[in-house]
Amino acid sequence: MNKVKLQILTPEKNFFEGEVQLVVVKGVEGSMGIMYDHEPFVTPLGIGPIKILQDNRIKHAAISQGYVEVMEEKIVILADTAEWPEDIDISRAEEAKKRAEKRLSKKENHIELLKAEIALKKAINRINVAKMPANHK
Amino acid sequence: MGQNMNDIKRRIKSVTSTKQITKAMELVATAKLKRARKKLEQSKPYYNKIYESIREIVANSKGIKHEFIEKREIKNSLYIVLTGDRGLAGGYNSNVCKLAENTIQDKSKAKLITIGSKGRAYFAKRGFNIAYEMTGVSETPELVNAQVVGEKAVEMYKAGEIDEVKLVFTEFISTINYKPMVLDLLPLALDDEEEDKKAEDVIIFRYEPSPESVLNYLIPKYIASVIYGATIEASASEQGSRRVAMENATDNAEDMIDELDLMYNRARQASITQEITEIVSGADALE
Repeated sequence: MNKVKLQILTPEKNFFEGEVQLVVVKGVEGSMGIMYDHEPFVTPLGIGPIKILQDNRIKHAAISQGYVEVMEEKIVILADTAEWPEDIDISRAEEAKKRAEKRLSKKENHIELLKAEIALKKAINRINVAKMPANHK
Repeated sequence: MGQNMNDIKRRIKSVTSTKQITKAMELVATAKLKRARKKLEQSKPYYNKIYESIREIVANSKGIKHEFIEKREIKNSLYIVLTGDRGLAGGYNSNVCKLAENTIQDKSKAKLITIGSKGRAYFAKRGFNIAYEMTGVSETPELVNAQVVGEKAVEMYKAGEIDEVKLVFTEFISTINYKPMVLDLLPLALDDEEEDKKAEDVIIFRYEPSPESVLNYLIPKYIASVIYGATIEASASEQGSRRVAMENATDNAEDMIDELDLMYNRARQASITQEITEIVSGADALE
């Protein structure tokens, strides 16, 4: 199976760099898998999990807000945050989820609601990813 | 003579205590600089990449009409100026403020967003139009703050209140070298050289779901990231210049103390010599 270079960058750190067989991301239009020799394209990413298939092993991570740029022989994902399951603080995410739900039920103005919704999505995503098997680093 | 000696002694004391303060500030700045540099190193790949890929995308999107890319007649400009919240950093704050002031051609058509209280004070005093200000964040740059500023700029741009956005900040070149610079944020136009270079190896990108929506999403993101990157550079530069300024101050204080010590010893010697002369001449008179 041909491999493709993948790089995941966040403002805090160079999160991942390596040759992978497949990467599955959640685009704004749904999930998509990208493999070697994919057509060059750019798309924003939603809040969601990503899956990386490297050396026949699947790695999971949670990312929020970013975009993926597929070039010839290289995939670059730029995200605001990216975390491995073992790095996620579940109790913190649970708390954030409760907070966001509370804010959503308050029926504030449109922007506030939108913010709460994003916060809720991030929290749920973190909780989901945290339950996935941990990756060795 | 005794009066003079006391004066010198007092001055030595005062310079010594000043030296202690500058020395402490130097150490604090050194520690903060170390942290700021680490942050800079970690964010640099992201920042470089987003800069590079946005330029690439824009270069490859000829024919796509988008409000962020197209140049329009420049009537009003927005300047985002990054300064520190605190002084005693050598020429750091004044250099970046001066550059911004010189870049602004027409005061009446310029709007400003200042980050850092020094910049706000400088421009408020000179009667500039400050549209938005943020203080207390220069030492701890965070993405959220950059996003807030970015959103403000994009909002104003979209509303037609401004026709270009420039970012004025201090670039961190090395621990002893910082350069204030101006960066064009909006509209996102490439210079000719870049355009020629890109024209040769055009990669046709496909945009999901559509070029407009991708650019709508990417460009504000790009702006926030560039502002974030700039705040990190600025905070490293600030700590760096403070460290250098305080190091110089400490050195100067040491030189001054040396000189005063010498003066004090001379005065002491002179007074002893004088006393001896007086005693000897007194003894002579008795004989």
